[in-house]
Amino acid sequence: MNSVVQYFKGIADGIWSLLKGMSVTNRYFFSPGKIVTQKYPNNRKDLVMFDRFKGDLIMPHDEKNEHKCTGCGICQINCPNGSIEVISKTITTEDGKTRKAIDKHIYHLGKCTFCALCVKSCPSDALAFSQEFEHAVFNKELLTKQLNKPGSQIMKGV
Amino acid sequence: MEEQVLNTAINEDEPYLINMGPQHPSTHGVLRLVVSLKGETVKNVVPHIGYIHRGIEKMCESLTYPQIIHLTDRMDYLSAHINNEAVCLNVEKALEIEIPERVKVIRTIMAELTRIQSHQLFWASYGMDLGGQTCYFYGLRDREKVLDIFEETTGGRMIVSYSCPGGLMYDIHPNFQKRVNDFIKYFRSILWEYDAILTGNVIFRERTIGIGKLSLEDAVSYGVTGPSGRASGFSCDIRKHDPYSAYDRVKFNEVLFTEGDTYHRYLARIEEMKESMNIIEQLIDNIPEGPYTVKMKPVLKLPEGEYFQKVETARGELDVFIVSDGNKYPFRMKFRSPNFVNLGVLNHISKEFKIADLVAIAGSLDFVIPDIDR
Repeated sequence: MNSVVQYFKGIADGIWSLLKGMSVTNRYFFSPGKIVTQKYPNNRKDLVMFDRFKGDLIMPHDEKNEHKCTGCGICQINCPNGSIEVISKTITTEDGKTRKAIDKHIYHLGKCTFCALCVKSCPSDALAFSQEFEHAVFNKELLTKQLNKPGSQIMKGV
Repeated sequence: MEEQVLNTAINEDEPYLINMGPQHPSTHGVLRLVVSLKGETVKNVVPHIGYIHRGIEKMCESLTYPQIIHLTDRMDYLSAHINNEAVCLNVEKALEIEIPERVKVIRTIMAELTRIQSHQLFWASYGMDLGGQTCYFYGLRDREKVLDIFEETTGGRMIVSYSCPGGLMYDIHPNFQKRVNDFIKYFRSILWEYDAILTGNVIFRERTIGIGKLSLEDAVSYGVTGPSGRASGFSCDIRKHDPYSAYDRVKFNEVLFTEGDTYHRYLARIEEMKESMNIIEQLIDNIPEGPYTVKMKPVLKLPEGEYFQKVETARGELDVFIVSDGNKYPFRMKFRSPNFVNLGVLNHISKEFKIADLVAIAGSLDFVIPDIDR
């Protein structure tokens, strides 16, 4: 007799536990205010990433097309994967001195692991991360980028 | 060679072999289990690993200590911050640097948030392994809030790379404390749903209670640590027994069960989330002022010798062992990853259970495959 009671009690408890779980899902089903899904490709216009988000390595330029990179190569030494190549050249300044300057700052996005050691180690704060996160391209050559813009110069006083 | 491995592993005359993985949704990665069956009963499980071996230990030998940090993120990606912390603590111990109190507290808070998000993903994927797809959405919904906290402060969502030898990469974001407090309030108010959907569910209970029992003796002799070991009564919480960072100043309970079956391994993780929230609540409102990093030399050279540090990740004990010959690169780097050791017990506890139970047992050990292979 006892086992029969146990049997039916087990069935009743089982159904009750299922109903309890279902009540949670039903609560969300009938309350559209609690939807947390972001409709990603459609909300691209007003999608704001956090300031510190590590998207794409960039070299900020000001309105006079000047950057802060001195071409010292510390970022290249600190990079664990060889994603950064600094190609420097020697230039002659207006007062006749020769100094080292940057020719090309090459960034291989495909090799980058976003550890931020380059940004942290840069002595002149020339590098930063942008909030761009859509990195997919059809041609892998596009993943190699030149960070200094053509015709750009080093900022005065860096 | 392959043939030999299979034949020695099987004691039946005509075994029926099934490859579970390397591409199987419930192995959570590229783990291949060669299962020998008699009917539906599992007779032997031989795990084959190495599908995602990247040679991280070898790579470390050609990287400087700050560069190694970003590789440890990629071992156990669900406890990324705790892995970073392990290497940092070891390097700091070797260099005999005194770390500011602020750094210790922030590291502890981040580590506990990492543990919460890891167990949330465990809950989500374990529910899905056992046929409850709803769990996955609810688990990830809550995990997203932790990832947002990470993203705002560190710039990364899973791969945080936040610790560095000598402190932290950046200071915490001004919103950090408010967000963490909001999250804890939210998560405490919503945790009952986890129990209503999965813990109390009759199908879930039938499939987990009494399945895959691991005794205390076996847990000790196989070295199963973390929530899986503590579910068997193996008191192995390094935060309690060998406190590092700020764990010596917080009060928390070590979650211990004695049953050691699949259901209690699951319960141990649910209880650990509550304990982690307790730890965070004790620390979050009084983070000490001070610098967030110590000024370090540009090139770190560890003195010649051997250095060892153990930490408690979300899955168990992670040991970092560095042999230095006085150079800027380590001479040898060894990680004792919890998942590799926990995998060893899978064959032992899944024998004589059905193949559907194997999914439940493997899921309850909560493997992260890149941590097994490294």
